[in-house]
Amino acid sequence: MIVAQRKKIPELVDILKGRKKILLLGCGTCVTVCLAGGEREVSINASALRIASRLKHLAFEVEELTIERQCDNVFIEKAADAIKRNDVVLSLGCGAGVQAIAERYDKPVYAGLDTTFIGILEERATWTEKCIACGKCVLHEYGGICPVTRCAKHMLNGPCGGSREDRCEVRADRPCAWQIIYQRLKAIGELDRLKTIKPPKNWNASIHGGSRMVIREDHRI
Amino acid sequence: MSNQRFEPLLIAFCCQYCSYSAADLAGSMRLQYPPNVRIVRTPCTGRLEVEFFMKAFEKGADGILVAGCLEGGCHFTEGNLLARGRVGYTRKFLSESGLEEERIRMINISAAQARPLVDYINEMLATLKTLGPSPLKSANTPINAEMRI
Repeated sequence: MIVAQRKKIPELVDILKGRKKILLLGCGTCVTVCLAGGEREVSINASALRIASRLKHLAFEVEELTIERQCDNVFIEKAADAIKRNDVVLSLGCGAGVQAIAERYDKPVYAGLDTTFIGILEERATWTEKCIACGKCVLHEYGGICPVTRCAKHMLNGPCGGSREDRCEVRADRPCAWQIIYQRLKAIGELDRLKTIKPPKNWNASIHGGSRMVIREDHRI
Repeated sequence: MSNQRFEPLLIAFCCQYCSYSAADLAGSMRLQYPPNVRIVRTPCTGRLEVEFFMKAFEKGADGILVAGCLEGGCHFTEGNLLARGRVGYTRKFLSESGLEEERIRMINISAAQARPLVDYINEMLATLKTLGPSPLKSANTPINAEMRI
């Protein structure tokens, strides 16, 4: 899922300064699960903005709404009336959600979150990055551990030799991805895979070739 | 408004397994505590959400006291630990919004601790008197804790 983090209230107040009628729009999918932009966070942020507005005499009028998914037209339509009756939309969706709303309505749409990464819930209230969406998945080569994402040096032929114990030398609070890859391949009997030298990664499929698009001709009418 | 005249409105969310019983016991023991406190019984402090606190402040409460069981003694194992985190999170939002974070506080007491509960209430009211009335009180909010939430 997409993991995002909240922007602090002073930053939101700065973004919204001069605006009056504000729709605080939450998203019921990824950002709800990562506790950043669901119905509950909409309510908390709306209260905080109203409090800040009254203390700073900003005259915000904040309406709250959460739709199932901000990146899907079917659900976005359910916010149409609320969007129309407000001056601006402060989206608590991910970057895709903000842009999906902005493309469809003639109103300013602002991002209320910092979209951070694609990841999973590692343990209670802890999310970790697992995928950078490079466009050409190599997970089968590395026992299901992604060196492109989880090795700080993106090494396809690791390890770098700088790790201490099982910790990454770049970020000591994170494990060395290559240590995990080795242990995992050993456990599943696929250590032989490491004997093949991998060629440099072709990054054309990644964001470096411009924003990407997927078209499924078989589903088009 | 002079702070000497000011009587703060304190909302006390009390867990029914500990502090609510302690408040009851305080009554049985004829212990006096100021009438400024509005006790709201909750099944567990783990039921309390950040929204509840924010809404109470939005509507003009001067302070909030969250009273849960002693750590390790929650009837639902970890409800009071969840509440502790939520109170801390609320404090962040309050200070970011421009309100003093001391206006909300979590305490842990057992059902037998009537006297400590009364002391905590008095302590919190003294803090609120020092801070002064919540700037979110509207012009027509009664000064002396008459407001309904």
